Amino acid sequence: MGLNNKAADGYDRDSTIGCPPRSFRKAVRPALKGIILTILFDGIAYGMLLFVLACGLSVTLGLMNFVNLAHGAFAMAGGYITVVLVNRMGVPFLLGLPLAFVVTAAIGALFERTLYVHVYGKSHLDQVLFTIGLVFMAVAAVDYVMGSSQQFVQIPQWLQGQIDVFGVGVGKYRLLIIIVCGLLTVALQLILTKTRFGSRLRAAVDDQRVARGLGVNVNAVFGLTFAFGSGLAGLGGALGAEILGLDPIFPLKYMIYFLIVVTVGGTSSITGPFLASILLGLGDVAGKYYMPKLGAFVIYTIMIVVLIWRPQGLFARPVGR
Amino acid sequence: MTRPLSSTVATYLARRARWTPLEIAFWLLAAATIYLLPGRHLILTEIAILGLFALSLDLILGYAGIISLGHAAFFGFGAYCAGLLAKHEIITEPVVALIVSGLAATVLGFVTSFLVLRGSDLTRLMVTLGVALVLREIANKYSELTGGADGLQGITMAPVLGRFRFDLFGHTAYIYSLVVLFVLFVIARRIVNSPFGLSLRAVKGNPLRASAVGIAVNWRLVAIYTIAAGYAGIAGALLTQTTAFTSLDVLAFERSADTLLVLIIGGTGYLYGGLIGAVIFKLMQDWIANLTPQYWQFWIGLVLVLIVLVGRERVAGWMAPIRALIGRIGRRARRADALGASPGQGG
Repeated sequence: MGLNNKAADGYDRDSTIGCPPRSFRKAVRPALKGIILTILFDGIAYGMLLFVLACGLSVTLGLMNFVNLAHGAFAMAGGYITVVLVNRMGVPFLLGLPLAFVVTAAIGALFERTLYVHVYGKSHLDQVLFTIGLVFMAVAAVDYVMGSSQQFVQIPQWLQGQIDVFGVGVGKYRLLIIIVCGLLTVALQLILTKTRFGSRLRAAVDDQRVARGLGVNVNAVFGLTFAFGSGLAGLGGALGAEILGLDPIFPLKYMIYFLIVVTVGGTSSITGPFLASILLGLGDVAGKYYMPKLGAFVIYTIMIVVLIWRPQGLFARPVGR
Repeated sequence: MTRPLSSTVATYLARRARWTPLEIAFWLLAAATIYLLPGRHLILTEIAILGLFALSLDLILGYAGIISLGHAAFFGFGAYCAGLLAKHEIITEPVVALIVSGLAATVLGFVTSFLVLRGSDLTRLMVTLGVALVLREIANKYSELTGGADGLQGITMAPVLGRFRFDLFGHTAYIYSLVVLFVLFVIARRIVNSPFGLSLRAVKGNPLRASAVGIAVNWRLVAIYTIAAGYAGIAGALLTQTTAFTSLDVLAFERSADTLLVLIIGGTGYLYGGLIGAVIFKLMQDWIANLTPQYWQFWIGLVLVLIVLVGRERVAGWMAPIRALIGRIGRRARRADALGASPGQGG
C-alpha cells in the first residue's frame, strides 16, 4: 500500500537509480548529525553574540522605560572602531576588542549625558523619533567617513579555520565568541546579583520611585548602566563584524533583532534576554538552513505571535507597573 | 437654558465640521498649482501621494494615539496590488484598480488591527514593525511574483477612466493624484468630525475613562486602523500607477520613519498636518538632495533629533500665530453666518 503510494507521487520511480545504496545511507547519517550539531553550535554562538549586543538595551528599557532604537548604532561604532584599530593601525585583534568596549562606552556616556537625558521624560513617540533620528545620522555619517561597502576585521591566523570537537567541525572564531560571551554573561550575572551596584540597579528597575526614596542615585546608576550597555554593544559589534557583516546600515538591519531579544526576553532580568537570544540565534540559523525560502520570515512571525500571546515577554515575571 | 445634550453635541460637531475660509483657500491654492506650476507636476505628484500617506498615519497617530513604525506595510501592499493588477491586466482601469487595491489594504489592515490592540507602546511598535518586515520579506522572497529586489517592471497603465492618458510630464498623474487626495481628505474630515471621530479622541485621551463612559475602545481602534490602512493602500497604489513601477522600497522601514517625520513637521491631529508636512518635507528633501545627494538622510535625522530636543509642542507653537489667524477668520465667518441666519429664524 505504502509502496504504491510512493510510486504514485513519482518518488519511488527513481529508486533504482536515484536512491543511494544502503551503505551510503549509513555514512550519511553521522554527517547529518554533524550538520545538526554544527547548526546548534553556530546558533548558540550567534545567539550569545546577540545577547551581548542587546543586553544593554534590555537594561535601559527596563530601567528608564526608554525606547532606544539607536542601540545598534553603538554596536556599529564598536565594529568600525575595531576595523580602524586593527586594520589600519595594526593593533592586535585581542587588544582591539577591549578597546572597542572602552571607546564605545565612552561615546555612550557622552551621548547619555549630553543628549539622552533630555528625552527621558518625554513620550514614547518622542523617544522613537529621537532615536530614529540618531540612527539615520549615524548611518549617513559612517557612510560618509568609511564608505558604504562592507568592512572586514582582519582576524589573526590562529583564529581562522576549524577544529574537531567530538568529530564535529567547529569554527575557531565561533568558539572564541562563545567563550568570550559566555564569560561576559557569567560576569554580568555575578555583577547583577552579588555586588552593591547590582542590587541598586535591580532595585531601580523594580521600582524607581522607592529606590530613589531609599537614597539610590537612580540617574547615576542609569548613566553608568547606559555606558556599560553601549560598551557591551560595541564589543558585540567588534566580535560580530565577521559573522553579522559590518556596513553603514547595520543599526537598521539588526534593530529588529535587538528589539526581539528585549521584548521576547522581557526586561526584568538578564536570564530572559539570554534565553531569548539563544532561541533567536538557533531559530535564525536553523530557519535559514532548512527553509532558505522563508528566511527571516520565521523569526518575525514568531516574534509577532509571542508578543500577541505574552506582551510582557516570554520569560518576564508579571510586574505591577 | 437646559438644552438636551444631544443637540449641544450636534451644534458643536456642526461648528467643527464647517469649512473655514482658510481651508477653502488651501484647496483653491492646491488646484491653482495645476495651472500655475505646470513644470513641477512630477514633484507635486510625489507631494500629494506623501501627503495622503501622512494623512492616513495621522488618522491612527493623531486621532487614536497608536504609534506605528510599520505603516509602510499597507502602503507597500497597496502599491504591489496596483502593480500586479495592471501588469497582469486583471483590472486595467486605474480608478477601479485603485479602489480594489485600497480595499485589499483595508482587509490587511482589519486583520492586523487586532495585533495592535494589546500591549504597551513598545509592543505596538514591535508588532507594526514586524508586520512590515514580514511583508517585505515575502515580497523579497517571492521574486517570481513581485520581481524581488529588481522591482516590479513592465507595468503599462491604461488611461484614467478610459480617457485621460498618463503623459510624460505628469500632468494627468498630478491631477489624478490631487483629485484622489481631495476626495479622501473630505471623507477623512467627515470621519473625524463625526461622533465616531469624537469618541476616538476620547479613547486617545484616556482609554480607561472612555470605556467607562461606554465607548467600545477596541472596536474604535480596529475601525480607525482599518480605515487608515485603506488610505495608506490607496496612497501606495497611486504611487505605482503614477510611476508605472514599484519596488521593495515601498515596504522599507525608512518609508515609515520618513512619514512619521512628515507628520511631526506638520503637526498631528488636525488632518492638514500631513499635507503641510509633505510639502515642507519634499521641498527640504529636494533642496538637500541638490546639495549632498548621498547623505540627505543625515539631515533628516538631524531634523528629527532637533524637533524632539526643542520639543514638538514648541515647534507646533511656531505655527500658533497662523492657527490663531485661522481661528479668527473662522469665528468671523461664523458670526456673519449667525447674524445672517437669526433674522430668518425670527421671521
